[in-house]
Amino acid sequence: MPAIFSYIFSVDFFFMWIRVATPIILVALGAVVCERSGVVNLGLEGTMLIAALFGVLGSYFGKGLLPGFLLGIASALVVSLLFAFFHLVLKANNVLCGTAINTLAAGLTVFVLQMVTGEKGTSASIKSYSYPEVNIPILKDIPILGEILSGHNLLTYLAIVLLFVVMFLLFKTPLGLRIRAVGENPHAAESVGIPVVRIRFIAISICGALAGLGGMYLSMAYLPIFARDMTAGRGFISLAACAMGRANPIGVFVSALVFAFFDGLSNILQVLRIPAEFVQMMPYAATILGLTIYSIHRAHSLQRKHS
Amino acid sequence: MNEKRINLLVDLARVGIIISITLALVFLIVFLASQEPFVAIYSFFIGPFTSIRRIGNIVEAGAPLMFTALAVIIIFRSGLFSMISEGAFFIGITGAMIAAIAWRLPFPLHPFGAILFGGFCGAVAALIPALLRMKWSVSEVVTSIMLNYVIQFLSIYLVNYHFREISSSSLASLLLEPTAKLPVIFPGTRIHVGILIALAACIVLYLFLYRTALGYSIRVVGDNQTFARYSGINAAKTMLFAQIIAGFIAGIGGASELLGMYTRFKWTSSPGYGWTGIVVALLAKRNPLLVPIAALFIGYMNVGADIMARSSDVSREVVDIIQGVMMLLIAAEALLGGFRQRLIVSAAKLEDSLKSPEIKLKQEKGV
Repeated sequence: MPAIFSYIFSVDFFFMWIRVATPIILVALGAVVCERSGVVNLGLEGTMLIAALFGVLGSYFGKGLLPGFLLGIASALVVSLLFAFFHLVLKANNVLCGTAINTLAAGLTVFVLQMVTGEKGTSASIKSYSYPEVNIPILKDIPILGEILSGHNLLTYLAIVLLFVVMFLLFKTPLGLRIRAVGENPHAAESVGIPVVRIRFIAISICGALAGLGGMYLSMAYLPIFARDMTAGRGFISLAACAMGRANPIGVFVSALVFAFFDGLSNILQVLRIPAEFVQMMPYAATILGLTIYSIHRAHSLQRKHS
Repeated sequence: MNEKRINLLVDLARVGIIISITLALVFLIVFLASQEPFVAIYSFFIGPFTSIRRIGNIVEAGAPLMFTALAVIIIFRSGLFSMISEGAFFIGITGAMIAAIAWRLPFPLHPFGAILFGGFCGAVAALIPALLRMKWSVSEVVTSIMLNYVIQFLSIYLVNYHFREISSSSLASLLLEPTAKLPVIFPGTRIHVGILIALAACIVLYLFLYRTALGYSIRVVGDNQTFARYSGINAAKTMLFAQIIAGFIAGIGGASELLGMYTRFKWTSSPGYGWTGIVVALLAKRNPLLVPIAALFIGYMNVGADIMARSSDVSREVVDIIQGVMMLLIAAEALLGGFRQRLIVSAAKLEDSLKSPEIKLKQEKGV
């Protein structure tokens, strides 16, 4: 047992914790924007996967990072608009709509991957670009802290910046006010002339862009290649983080860190003599447990309020 | 034209549109992606009918989908959006594997027991997200999907650490006892007794949903919880019961798939029948009696995609793309909604003008 603790309290573990938390933070922030507008976007998993592939393909065909970034974001936006159109205009149930997007994405990514590279597993045979790692000038020289916080991927720092951007957007801008109004009570919002469907379209697009970044992080930062089904449930874990953080950016950030902790733990536990399957199972079991504990807590506090 | 006929007409038009879009998509993808599009198209559409064995493949592919689609139908009908049919199917396979390797029973009893045990495992799995939802309102969508992953790893752990064939280099379980296998019905194919169980399940489930009090409560709870409460139906209990039945059906589906088609457990990840089952359930309009047709159709497309992947340069994932698009289109409730509305309005106007002025006058006075 003490061996685990020496692993957990190492600089390497904290560094990796931040690494695995990044995609969940990015996508969960997207989910927050969506949730605040009253839409639960269950297609996040598929959106991430599509962006992960098209980011890689963009950087391969465009021979640079920027084309990859642009194609990745564009593909995520297209998928999100597809979700938005079917959910908002054609009134498809969001669970079915999301499931459809995820099915579509799982098939499409492998299909396109095979067309481009001739392989179905990974994009290892093509040269794609990754987002750079950044050393923060003064921070990197501080002992321990510098080793943990500096030297992360550009997208990791972007995720922190976006946390504040999303907070600002939601609570300090007219658009944010409208998004929250639409989410709180669409009929009331409509009665004062807020175009509900249009606002939700915008919210879903913002969410799509963030999910796109999260997806690209997986294939262009966390790993240097795309692998089939590489999102492995992270879209759903992000949704869980969003629910556990009550769609409040800071709360969601913390929840994302909690879920990522178990993801990170599963990475280091592989060196211990625990069956690999249990280790792999951990992030998912932790998500169920986390959501349950949160819901019990919420049920209790609701009861106290009423009595 | 009365409303029933209008609905039928609009439904037919919808099916027509969905199938044409799907076909157009197949052609588009194949012509874009393939060097030899005609070979690919031929093997996709005609390929599955070129031999008895391949026709058998369609039925074999359809059988597991029937089970998962039935599970999805019961779950959705009860008003929950649990995605557990995938996990329940997989744990059903695992449960049946344990029974088929570890138990020593004579022939008809062995598969019977193994299938029941698989169904039991599926029911337990389906109960977990439902209980969490009932007791503490944890979102069943996310927990069920997470649970599917947990089940996948748990099953692979069981095979890897307790039932593994040591001499095999890839992951495979020990050989299933021959007494546990489901017999083949049609020689020359692999169509096994499982298909009969599937068909029986469709009929039983139809009767259950439409002819029993409990089935009625499930439908009421799913359609309108408030109404269910006022009419004295215990919504929570009904929903839980629906999940147990759904999990049980998905579980026996997994069990009969293993015992009918395989000699060992060889999966390295969850096979995805639960997700495909959603497409089948939607295609069947959530009606158990239409499930066999829908499952055979999706089975046909999967077999076609496999043949196409073998005989041309188009990969089989085309079928996932098509299933995704179909799911989107079927879920789009407002598709042709305006058309239905116009038909109903014009029918009402016609009816109105046909009525004699006297009756009309009475109606207006409210007599």
